[in-house]
Amino acid sequence: MAKVLVVTSGKGGVGKTTSTAALGAALALNGQKVVVVDFDVGLRNLDLVMGAERRVVYDLINVAQGNAKLNQALIRDKRLENLALLPASQTRDKDALSEKGLARIIKELRTLFDWVICDSPAGIERGAMMAMRHADAAIIITNPEVSSVRDSDRIIGLLDAKTERAARGERVEKHLLITRYDQARAMRGEMLKKDDVLDILSVPLLGIIPESEQVLRASNLGQPVTLANPLSAPARAYNDAARRLMGDNLAINVPLERFNLLGRIFGGRAA
Amino acid sequence: MNFFGLFKRSDPLPATAPVARERLQVLLAHERGSPRNSSKMVALKEDIIDAIARHMLVKPEAVKVKIDRRAEVSILRIAVDIPA
Repeated sequence: MAKVLVVTSGKGGVGKTTSTAALGAALALNGQKVVVVDFDVGLRNLDLVMGAERRVVYDLINVAQGNAKLNQALIRDKRLENLALLPASQTRDKDALSEKGLARIIKELRTLFDWVICDSPAGIERGAMMAMRHADAAIIITNPEVSSVRDSDRIIGLLDAKTERAARGERVEKHLLITRYDQARAMRGEMLKKDDVLDILSVPLLGIIPESEQVLRASNLGQPVTLANPLSAPARAYNDAARRLMGDNLAINVPLERFNLLGRIFGGRAA
Repeated sequence: MNFFGLFKRSDPLPATAPVARERLQVLLAHERGSPRNSSKMVALKEDIIDAIARHMLVKPEAVKVKIDRRAEVSILRIAVDIPA
């Protein structure tokens, strides 16, 4: 039975696209059939983060309008055969995506994949509402910072009001993913702690992704961080989060970079 | 002056995270007023109307239910217009 996830946050720049790519790849590495869908019409970037920007021919709106078949628009990942991308349109207006067309696409994707991961645009406008519309579960991406937490709270309210599940009187399963977490700063009282964010939002925690230079390095290369450097702290955190989504009961901790003293001394790169 | 003091921050920065936490709690308690718990509020309102309807005839729109959330306490206000 396929599961539709929306990766959402309200606020921009907190790591929705990075997390969509990293979790999608991690689920695929764990043997799941996964499609990641970019809903950011006009500002698509999931293709770039996945390293598929030169392979986009057709997009979500072409399929929604019946101008292309779904399998013409789907881009199979070159590294993982059970991972695919459905890109957003870069040139069309965001209103070009119809409710009906979208419903048909999601229905078809459910038959082809185990996981349909919808990468939401920032904000609470139509694009974000379309991304969450068909979700069975939501991953709320939050930075330990006041504006991000506030916007997440707003999005949590919308998930309970504006989704198909809410319309049927059902609940959308919610998961909180804290990104860009700096354990040392949180301990010094310079940054909201994990428990502060959890207390305020009262959504179960899916994982904590530490702030790491590896995330930018991976996006520079067009690789999900879980593929670019699977042993890095953020990759391990994303992989654990993916396994929790699959039902594994793993204790949540903040993965730390393995400190490589010799590497530091001789100028090599830490793993 | 202590020699080692030169390498230390003279005034350690005060922790700001507790301030952030406090501000968010107050703000969100206020902002959550309706949308987030709207389904709960609808259910509560229906129960209240049912309870009143067992004793007297009231129109559903004559019942107003509102929660004022504040930092310390929340106030549940129920206003029922009873026909004369």
